[in-house]
Amino acid sequence: MATLPLYAQLINLFAAVLLLLAFAMLAQRRILTLIDLFAAQGFALACSTAIVAYGTRQPHLYASAALTLVLKVIALPLILHRLIRRLDVRWEFEQLINIPATMLIGIVLVVFAFNLAVPISQLASTVTRSTLGIALASVLLSFLMMITRRKAVPQVIAFLSMENGLFFAATSATYGMPMVVELGIALDVLVGVLILGVFFFQIREQFDSLDLRHLERLREGGIDEEGEST
Amino acid sequence: MIEIAAVIGTPVVAALLLAVFGERAGAPVINVGASLVTLIAALALTFRVAIDGPYSAFGQLFFVDPFNVVFVALTAFVGLTTALFSRPYMQIEEQHGRLSPARLRLYHSMFQFFMATMLIALLTNNMGILWVAMEAATLTTVLLVSLYRTPASLEAAWKYFILCGVGIAQALFGTILLYFASERLLGAEGGALLWTSLNAVKTDLEPTVLSLAFVFLLIGYGTKVGLVPLHNWLPDAHAEGPTPVSAVLSGLLLNVALYAVIRCKVLVEGAVPTSFARSLMMGFGIVSAIVAALLLLRQRDIKRLFAYSSIEHMGIATFAFGMGGPIASFAGLLHMTVHSLTKSAIFFAAGHAAQKTGTQAIDEIRGLITQSPLVGWGLALGALAILGMPPFGVFASEFLILTTAMSEHPWATPVLLAALGIAFAAIFSKVQPMVFGDTTAKRLPVRPAMLPVFAHLALVLMLGLWIPPFLAAWYRDAARLIG
Repeated sequence: MATLPLYAQLINLFAAVLLLLAFAMLAQRRILTLIDLFAAQGFALACSTAIVAYGTRQPHLYASAALTLVLKVIALPLILHRLIRRLDVRWEFEQLINIPATMLIGIVLVVFAFNLAVPISQLASTVTRSTLGIALASVLLSFLMMITRRKAVPQVIAFLSMENGLFFAATSATYGMPMVVELGIALDVLVGVLILGVFFFQIREQFDSLDLRHLERLREGGIDEEGEST
Repeated sequence: MIEIAAVIGTPVVAALLLAVFGERAGAPVINVGASLVTLIAALALTFRVAIDGPYSAFGQLFFVDPFNVVFVALTAFVGLTTALFSRPYMQIEEQHGRLSPARLRLYHSMFQFFMATMLIALLTNNMGILWVAMEAATLTTVLLVSLYRTPASLEAAWKYFILCGVGIAQALFGTILLYFASERLLGAEGGALLWTSLNAVKTDLEPTVLSLAFVFLLIGYGTKVGLVPLHNWLPDAHAEGPTPVSAVLSGLLLNVALYAVIRCKVLVEGAVPTSFARSLMMGFGIVSAIVAALLLLRQRDIKRLFAYSSIEHMGIATFAFGMGGPIASFAGLLHMTVHSLTKSAIFFAAGHAAQKTGTQAIDEIRGLITQSPLVGWGLALGALAILGMPPFGVFASEFLILTTAMSEHPWATPVLLAALGIAFAAIFSKVQPMVFGDTTAKRLPVRPAMLPVFAHLALVLMLGLWIPPFLAAWYRDAARLIG
C-alpha cells in the first residue's frame, strides 16, 4: 500500500468511509438520521469521484461528481426531509431481524463480496481496482437493509443507497460510465423519488400508515381483496 | 434516420400533449392517432431496413437490425390496438366512477410515455441507454398500475416498484461489469457500451467478467421478464392495473425485457466458450414454465390466470433462446410474437368480460356468450390459441421448440410437455364455464371494442397457417444474429 500515490490512498479512504456508512445505515433506527447518513454517503461518493477525476485526469468525472453532489447530497435529502415533515413519520421503526443479527449477516455479505470481486479486481488496470469489492459490498448491504425494513421510507433510502454503491462501482472499476448514461441514470433516480413521494401520500391516504405490513394482502388465490377493489 | 426520430418522437410529443389535454373528450382520439402515426413510422422503418439492411443513426446512438425491427413493428402495432381498445374501456371505467378526469389524463400521458421508453429500449445501440429506458418503463408503469388507487392496486404497484427496482439495479451492475470488460479493449470514449462495437470485439472480452456480468444482467432483466423465482410482482401488477395496461405489460414489456436479455446473451456467448449462458437461460426458462403452469391451477382471478400464463410462455421462449441455434431461435422469436398478439387479445376480451360482469373473479363470470357472443368467442378462441391448439401460431412455435428440445436436450421434453398439459387443463377448465352456461353478464351502454381482439387472433391464425416469406426471412436473419 505504501507505493500507492496519495490520491489512490485517498480513494481507498473514501471507499472505507462509504462502507462504514453503509453499516451505519444498516444499524440506524431513526429515519431523520438515516437521511443524514444517506447524504453523507453521497458526499463521500462525490469526493471520491472528484479525486478519481483529479488523479486520472478524466475531466468528465468532475461533471459526474458535481451531479452526485447536487442530486444525492442536496436534492434527494431535501426532498426526503420535506416528505418526512409532511407525512410526519419521524418515529423509530422496527426491523424484521434485530440489529446485531443484521450486522453479522452484513459482515458475511462483505466477505462474500470481496471474494467475488477478487478475480475481477486482478484484471483491472485502474488504480482504483481494489475498491470494486467495497462497492459490491455496499450494494449488498443496502440490499440487506431493504429486506429487513418494514416501513416504506427506509426501504426507499436503502434503494437509493444501493444506487450509490452502483455508482461507486462504476467510478472505481471503470472511471465512470459515458456521460449520457450517467445523466440518464440520474434522471431516472430523481423521477423515481418524485413518483415515490406521490406514492407515499397515496399509501398513507389508503392505510393511515406507511407500514408495509398493510401491503401484504395480495396472496395466491386470494380473492378477498377483490371486494375492495371493484 | 427520420423514421427513427418519428418512431420515438411521436409518443413523446403525444405524451406531453396528453399531459395537458388528457382528460378532454378528444384525448382518446389523440391517443389512437399518435399510436397510428407511430405504427406508420415503424412500418416505414421496417421497410427501410428490409431494403437497405441494418443501419445506425444519430452518431450510433440508435441501431436497427432485423432482430429489433420485428419488435419495433410489433410494439407499435399492439400499442395502436391497445389504444383502440382503451377508448371504450376507459369510458366505461369513468362511468362506473373508478376514474377521475385527472387520472384519465395521467393514464393517457403515461401510456404514451411507456410506449416511448419501450421503443427507445428496442432501438438504442447503447447498453447503458437500454438500462435507462427499462428503468423509465418501470417508473411509468408503476403509475399506471396504481391508477385506481385502491389498497390492492397500491400494494401491487409498490411491490412492482421495489422488486423491479432491485432487479434493475442488478442489471445496472451487470452493465457496469460489461463496460468494465469492454473499456479495456475499446477505450473509455470509444463507445465501449455500444452494442455494435461490443459485438465486433465480443470474442476478446474477458470471460470471467462477462460470466459474472451475465448473471447480474439475467437476474436484472429476468425480473422484468417475470422469470421464476423473480416473478412475484407480475400477477399482482397485471391483476390490479387497468386492463389496457395488463395488455401492454404482458404483450410488450415482457418482450422488451427478454430482448435485452438476448442482446446480452449474444455478447456473452461470444466471449465465454462454455455453454454457461445457454444453460442458465434454459434452466430459468424451464423452471418458470413448470412452476407457472402449476400455479395456474390455483388461480381464481381471470387476470391473474392469464398473467401466470404469460410467465409460462416467457419461460418457454427463454428456454428456446437458451437452446440456441437457427431453429430454436426462430421458434423463440415466433413464440414471442404470437404470445404478444394472443395475450393482449385475451386481456382485451377479459377486460370487457370483467366490466360486463362487474368482477374479476372467475367463479362469478359465467355465460359470456349468451350476453355478448363477440366477447365470449374472443375469450374462448384466445384461450384456445394461447393453449397451443392448431392451427394457431402458438402451436407452430411450441411445436418447433418441442421438436428441437427432443433432438438436442431430451431431458427437457417431458418437463415442457407436462407444463403445457397442466396449463391446458387449468386454463381450459376455467375458461369453458366462463364462456358457456347461464349468464351473469349485463349489457353496458358503451359497445366493447372487439376489433383489436379479432385482428390479433386473425394474425395469430395466419402465422400458424402461413408465415409471409418476408417475415420468415427476417426471423431467419434475426435468428442467425442471435445464434
